[in-house]
Amino acid sequence: MNREFLINMVLLLGLAVVPLWAMAGDAPFTITLATKVAILALAGVGLNIALGIGGLISLGHAAFFGIGGYAMGILASHAQSYTALMEWPILIEGTKFMPVIWLVAVAASALAALVIGALSLRTSGVYFIMITLAFGQMFYFFAISWPAYGGEDGLSIYVRNGFPGLNTLVPIHFFGICYSLLVLALWFNACLAKSPFGLALNASRQCPERVETVGLSPFRLRLTAFVISGAITGLSGALFADLNRFVSPTMFSWQTSGEIMVFIILGGVGRLYGPVAGAALFITLEHFLGGLSEYWHIYLGVLLLLVVLFARGGIIGMLAGRQVAHD
Amino acid sequence: MTTILFIEQVLNGLQFGVMLFLMAAGLTLVFGVMGLINLAHGSLYMVGAFAAAAVAGATGSFLLALIAALAAAAAAGALVELLIIRRLYARDHLDQVLATFALILIFSEGTRWLFGSFPLYLDIPDYLSGPVTLPGGIHYPLYRLALIAAGLAVAAGLFLLISRTRLGIQIRAGESDREMIAALGVDISKLYTIVFALGAALAGLAGALVGAIQSVQVGMGEPVLILAFVVIVIGGIGSIKGALIGALMVGLTSTLGSIAMPALFRMFMDNSAASATGSAVSSMLIYILMAAVLVWRPKGLFGGAV
Amino acid sequence: MTNPILATHGITKTFGALKACDKVSIELRPGEIHAVIGPNGAGKSTLIKQICGNLTPDAGRIELLGRDVTGLSTQARAGAGLARTFQVSALAMEDTALQNVTLGALGARGGAFSMFRSALNNSALRSTAMDALGRVGLADQAATRTAELSHGQRRQLEIAVALTLKPKAFIMDEPMAGMGAEGSKRMTGFLDRLREQAPILLVEHDMDAVFALADRLSVLVYGKIIATGTVAEIRANAQVRHAYLGGDA
Repeated sequence: MNREFLINMVLLLGLAVVPLWAMAGDAPFTITLATKVAILALAGVGLNIALGIGGLISLGHAAFFGIGGYAMGILASHAQSYTALMEWPILIEGTKFMPVIWLVAVAASALAALVIGALSLRTSGVYFIMITLAFGQMFYFFAISWPAYGGEDGLSIYVRNGFPGLNTLVPIHFFGICYSLLVLALWFNACLAKSPFGLALNASRQCPERVETVGLSPFRLRLTAFVISGAITGLSGALFADLNRFVSPTMFSWQTSGEIMVFIILGGVGRLYGPVAGAALFITLEHFLGGLSEYWHIYLGVLLLLVVLFARGGIIGMLAGRQVAHD
Repeated sequence: MTTILFIEQVLNGLQFGVMLFLMAAGLTLVFGVMGLINLAHGSLYMVGAFAAAAVAGATGSFLLALIAALAAAAAAGALVELLIIRRLYARDHLDQVLATFALILIFSEGTRWLFGSFPLYLDIPDYLSGPVTLPGGIHYPLYRLALIAAGLAVAAGLFLLISRTRLGIQIRAGESDREMIAALGVDISKLYTIVFALGAALAGLAGALVGAIQSVQVGMGEPVLILAFVVIVIGGIGSIKGALIGALMVGLTSTLGSIAMPALFRMFMDNSAASATGSAVSSMLIYILMAAVLVWRPKGLFGGAV
Repeated sequence: MTNPILATHGITKTFGALKACDKVSIELRPGEIHAVIGPNGAGKSTLIKQICGNLTPDAGRIELLGRDVTGLSTQARAGAGLARTFQVSALAMEDTALQNVTLGALGARGGAFSMFRSALNNSALRSTAMDALGRVGLADQAATRTAELSHGQRRQLEIAVALTLKPKAFIMDEPMAGMGAEGSKRMTGFLDRLREQAPILLVEHDMDAVFALADRLSVLVYGKIIATGTVAEIRANAQVRHAYLGGDA
């Protein structure tokens, strides 16, 4: 058992213990913060599949985060107003049932990732960064100028969506759902990293010529990774919207894309639990520094700069030593 | 009526395009010479606009405001290059993205801290305000015509700088062969600072010029930055000519699309639905243009091997 | 005469004014080592890139086992039985030697889209991979990161990856490059036995190795094949002596 594994377990347990302890101390806001950490970490886990294993620097993951959010917003708003989403050619009704919302969020963001990925993976390097950023912005402007679902003002949902057997309005129940999905995604990511797909994707980041020469297509590997990555980030978007009971074009903004990437770098690039550590640090900073100063983003900027320039392994790297685990 | 509207929109598109060019030119130069992707380029645009608004407010002179914008943005660019950016040239793109993202946070919040969250306004000087009558009886704001002229003049100057001057030779050498310029005895780190400051000055100028027709506020730079990225993807990285043509394409597509799309949808939809759908589709039009260029030429219209 | 495994028919490639490859026709027959030699800049790399699908010829055809592969992608050609080793090692440097050969085994299996099983614990993949490492003498280094292998070991690893593909033909770009005298000798012995498995198109600067190994030689100068023949024939060819070996060599 190595040190990074221990740190990971402490992180995961810590994220579960804090809200339980907060529940005992009747501090629901802390539970909400922990829920936010779990959801944003999930978004980061999604991006980390493309970025950490595949080396795809996507600055457009807000697109998937927002699509997930709007999938929830649109379905739930129709359910709450008892209007059909679509009547022709087939009748589609809204829903307040979380699993269905998740499925739609995952499918819609995967589809968007397939289209964006197929276009932007024709290029690489800086082009890829700029193109993903631009497509993210496209969704942002589209959401602002499309009036049917609130336009710039966004959509409010009055009651949180339901999950069978749980009362999602109880903070700890909703936290449990988000936490479980995060653990599931982390487990999937761990499997993926060791699987044939992960091995080949990892190799196409390091040496695409080698992957081609053994008869595999780096493009298809990357596209698959991008779609999975987008789908997971989309799921987290649906949860995030449910947490706030609100969606707005802000979810699509380039800052959102940047922040999801910041979770990864703060936690440590290429670390399985990097997004968890990063999201936890981010929310903690936002909570405490944000309370101290209106301008806390300056401190975040300085910290990020220091991490990029001097501590490339992020938090987990500092705690676990330099080497990224390879097994 | 419609031809007048059309010509107006073409002029608006040109004006938007040349301003985008000022942004894109700096970005593409910095990428071409140093291999750096700079997300904080939009912050330099904002610095220019704020410097201009502050100086215009204090002195009342638009010309001084422009000079201040150029100077402030160039100085901010040079300072950032010396302190941070030069540590990033040898790093991978991810580090560059994150470090320059951090710079955006610092610039934006710093500006908010200095100037507050409320937008500032930069007035168009009297000698450039009001409409002029163009041949054909079209009334068009003189200031916007001046922007087109100024943008084209800067573009011409930039082409001359790159094709005719010593600095231009060094820049071109830097784009094609980095070891070569070192071998020629050029002080690379000085060249890099100059190129970065030059790009920053262009962005600052654009910020100040556009600031007079929009409000000057924190966060104004990033939407323009992203459009400048679209311009570069269309034109091809490292190509000034590509940046110019890409910028004009994006400018024209954007302004013409915003009148053409609602009109198009009005042909088979009722009026309000058509303007809603039309404006939503037109907001996506330049990205669709970018996607089309990508399918057709993944390296952009004038892009070489990258 | 037996049908060639791999053949190019008059392939031509120009870059601007430069004819990097001028109507090159070359055949690789079963069981042979066919060496391509020529001075720097003669177009050897351009030839290999066209054969492997990294460049498309302007004219001409490339056939593998009688099938026209000119329009196929690099990965399709690999699937059709072409295994290439690179002049400068192209390996996943952060990965272990075993991971690199496992990648080859995955390629040979024809896909890497399984996501829930461990790649390195799969017994079929593992035995293919370990077998290939064993054949090049790297079994002890399976768990070593590629970046930590010596230069010579990386060359061996390149060959091991090629072995996992069970190819119909090997294309080797300077496998001896940068190896010491001892390493070259061992590699020569290894390639000598390897030709029984599949023929080798060998681009090599190490003339001792070429003369020791090659069944036939083609001499490429300024993009043109000026002579093809056995070692003895090439040694005796006046044109080659003049153009390549420098007059009275």
